[in-house]
Amino acid sequence: MNVPTSFVIRLVALAFIAVVIQVAAVSQISIFGVSADLSPLVVMSVGLLAGSTIGAVTGFGMGLLVDMLLVQTLGVTSLLYIAIGYWSGRLRELRDPAHELVPLGLGAAATALAGIGMALIQFLLGVDAPVSFLLLQQILLTVLVNSLIALPVYAVVRRALNPALPDDPRRRRRRRYTTGGLSPLKRPSEGLGGSVRSVSR
Amino acid sequence: MHDKQVRRRRAVLALLVVVSLILLTAYFGEADGGPLHSVQRGIVTVLSPIQKGASTVLTPVRDIAGFFSSTFHAKAQVAQLRTRVEKLTQQVAGLKGAEIQNTQLTALVKLDNDVGINSYRPVAAHVIGSDPSLWYDQITVDAGSDQGVQDQQPVIGEDGLVGEVTDVTPGASVVSLITDHTVEVSAEVEDGVGNVGVLQPMVGNPNELVLSDLPTQANIQQSQEVVTSGFRSGKLESLYPPNIPIGVVSNANQVTLSSAGTVQVSPAVDLRTLTVVQILTKPHAGTTSASTVP
Repeated sequence: MNVPTSFVIRLVALAFIAVVIQVAAVSQISIFGVSADLSPLVVMSVGLLAGSTIGAVTGFGMGLLVDMLLVQTLGVTSLLYIAIGYWSGRLRELRDPAHELVPLGLGAAATALAGIGMALIQFLLGVDAPVSFLLLQQILLTVLVNSLIALPVYAVVRRALNPALPDDPRRRRRRRYTTGGLSPLKRPSEGLGGSVRSVSR
Repeated sequence: MHDKQVRRRRAVLALLVVVSLILLTAYFGEADGGPLHSVQRGIVTVLSPIQKGASTVLTPVRDIAGFFSSTFHAKAQVAQLRTRVEKLTQQVAGLKGAEIQNTQLTALVKLDNDVGINSYRPVAAHVIGSDPSLWYDQITVDAGSDQGVQDQQPVIGEDGLVGEVTDVTPGASVVSLITDHTVEVSAEVEDGVGNVGVLQPMVGNPNELVLSDLPTQANIQQSQEVVTSGFRSGKLESLYPPNIPIGVVSNANQVTLSSAGTVQVSPAVDLRTLTVVQILTKPHAGTTSASTVP
């Protein structure tokens, strides 16, 4: 698969801006006692728009940037975001879901995977303090808050990447199907005009 | 052609997972001065000015969102705060007498009265980054080694203890909050006796801490203040200076206290909405006579 340079530049800029905004502002805004987490939503959106390989690579990169900026154990967030990006991309490749609410459901699933996965990895690495049951409630609340912003985040990511998305046969097929095989710049009557006129004569 | 694509996709996935696992294992196993830690600090040094700029630019957005969020909480807090005000008013009356006595005793033992927060040489810093996960509970602030900040220095907020410095770069520092599972604080309950215990977080609950290792016969009541004990025993010394407010006892179940020696503490500082903190760069500035010996 050939990935255009313009797409890579847009993707890197998007990932960097998303992580900086997340760390510098969004994390400090408390909604229902938790903060929204843009990063898994951005990874999910990229996977859904660009496929599994690009999704997984974006997940790895964004996870590494998050771990770097927050001085956390390197590789933990990457591991989780690879799964999110890859499976979002696979969903697109296998099912090609067209429903408008797909990003909402997938955003909730991505956030749940990030929250539960982080908890599991932390338990594996060792936790030196008592763990509250409220952790589950907090994960659920984060899933809820992220579900609310999943659609706008997906829209922003699509707007940022769409002009440079790599050409995909599936998208081409769908476009041909929805436009009846005609260029969207042409009116249907223009395409059939000649023959209709000749019949009427 | 299709098989080739599938193979390439799987190879990329396997490579990314393996690289992540290698990074995780290497980082977890190496010392603080290891190459991965150094690279990480270098990247934080490079990116902290950008983070600081973004934090400043996005302050209005954060403030507006914070306003709406705190308005929702305000109603729930009114009744709680009224009860607390009543109790504190009673305490103030009692403390006025104690204050007079304290002044007289201080003069008597010539205690160094200048050991206030200012003597710990505080450095003010803005919060430029927060951890979004429910686990690490770290913040990044815009003061680093250039301002005299070093590892393991205590950090306080407007209302009390915030945490300790765990990583320093020239222009920024990472602060582990008191709700981080790696942080433990020696704390004292203001119950007249000064029972001392170890304060630990309740992982996943940023509004609750556990004060453990208390004497099982201690008579600790709800709403009593909890402060740092700042102990000193020979060469062993607490990271935190004494008498920095931490919070109040939120649940003093007598059964739990007598069986496990623990009470629950609600932190004085709202750790989710911190914007400015102070790093105490001379935490052991107090004289020996001013320090509390257990």
